[in-house]
Amino acid sequence: MDAIKARGKVIAGVKYDTKLFGLKDPASGKVEGFDIDIAKALAKKIFGDETKVELKEVTSKTRIPLLQNGDIDLIIATMTITEERKEQVDFSDVYFKAGQSLLVKKGSAIQGLQDLKKGVKVLTVKGSTSAKNIREKAPDATVLEFENYQDAFTALKAGQGEVLTTDNAILLGMQQQDPNYVLVGGNFTDEPYGIAVKKGDADFVAQVNDLLKEMKSSGEYDKLYEQWMGVKPE
Amino acid sequence: MTGRFNIHILFDHWDRFLLGFVHTIESSAIALIGSFILGTIIAVMRISPVKPLNWMGTAYVEFIRNIPLLLVVFFFFLGLPSLGVPLDGFTSGTLGLMVYTASFIAESIRAGIQTVPSGQMEAARATGLTYIQTMLHIVLPQAIKIVLPSISNQFINLVKNSSILAVVAGLDLMYYADLINADTFLPLTVYTLVALFYLILTLPLSLAVQYMERRFSSADH
Repeated sequence: MDAIKARGKVIAGVKYDTKLFGLKDPASGKVEGFDIDIAKALAKKIFGDETKVELKEVTSKTRIPLLQNGDIDLIIATMTITEERKEQVDFSDVYFKAGQSLLVKKGSAIQGLQDLKKGVKVLTVKGSTSAKNIREKAPDATVLEFENYQDAFTALKAGQGEVLTTDNAILLGMQQQDPNYVLVGGNFTDEPYGIAVKKGDADFVAQVNDLLKEMKSSGEYDKLYEQWMGVKPE
Repeated sequence: MTGRFNIHILFDHWDRFLLGFVHTIESSAIALIGSFILGTIIAVMRISPVKPLNWMGTAYVEFIRNIPLLLVVFFFFLGLPSLGVPLDGFTSGTLGLMVYTASFIAESIRAGIQTVPSGQMEAARATGLTYIQTMLHIVLPQAIKIVLPSISNQFINLVKNSSILAVVAGLDLMYYADLINADTFLPLTVYTLVALFYLILTLPLSLAVQYMERRFSSADH
């Protein structure tokens, strides 16, 4: 926490490839999303100025190493809280409730987990909980993992697989990018998102949790949620 | 890279390490043989007196060897499917590797061909052999022997470059390394072990190159 204050800005690891949460606009070069807005709110809380935040790109594969190296102060990148990850990092309270789901081409024969039989190629991302979960829930299907969500989506569109699996919130963003692809099957897991900080930094975790409480009681959280997701939080 | 070093994961994840290793060997072997044949053909085209062949060979080499391997692989993995030809990660990775390496092999063999005294081609043609026959039985064997060390270096590069399969879910050693890393959070251990697996393949090749350089340096052709 002291290092961050001394530096004068907080460095947040966010996604650049996930519409609604962290997406870099190739035209303007700006990164926008729900996660980014929370990072800005944190900067405002610590420094009184929401521009005192530097955004760095992370993927599911790189985010924990970058945090442990000190390249970033926190991870706010559609990261599910799991017991395994708690051994590597410290998490804030839950700030978003997602669930794993499936994305297929409109008109696909696949409508849910039950259709992921032998021979079906399921695409997902390296290092994500989605990869681990789908191997358990659909053990007969072939799972192929890619570097990030854009690569996985590109592969889906190129016909390298029949279905893409990850959190419904992320899939919603993809559906918005290309309406030829739709969510099916509902949610089959709970994916509670948390903000991750370096293990042992209780001070920082407390700050982040305070922020989340403040945002929820002031109504700012609901406003942000509705702005990005299009619906009120449950 | 962070984390403890824990050799146990080699045994815990042995099946994936082995599967990746086998796929890397398969991909490298196929691409090696393919790039050798393709490279030889391109080299002969490059020095051909038939202008269209010459032009095609030159265009191939100049284009392919000056763009990233990843781009070549993406052409097969993403580009071809959009034209209706779906190739999986392993196939597109291996084809990309083959096409890419062939451009370098072609240059090596071309240099070798041009080192063979041209008098041989004339003499062979005079005894009634066709251009192709001369190439196959007289010129190429000598040319390849001359540039064998250089070609072998390209093959070592090929084995290392096979790691490109990891980016297109080609199920190679590097791909499984990424997966094992995601499960264990031990990048230092995982990638060190993977390096050792690659050394098992590249060190013998490297020693073979050194042997060949010593043996063929005493010019006796």
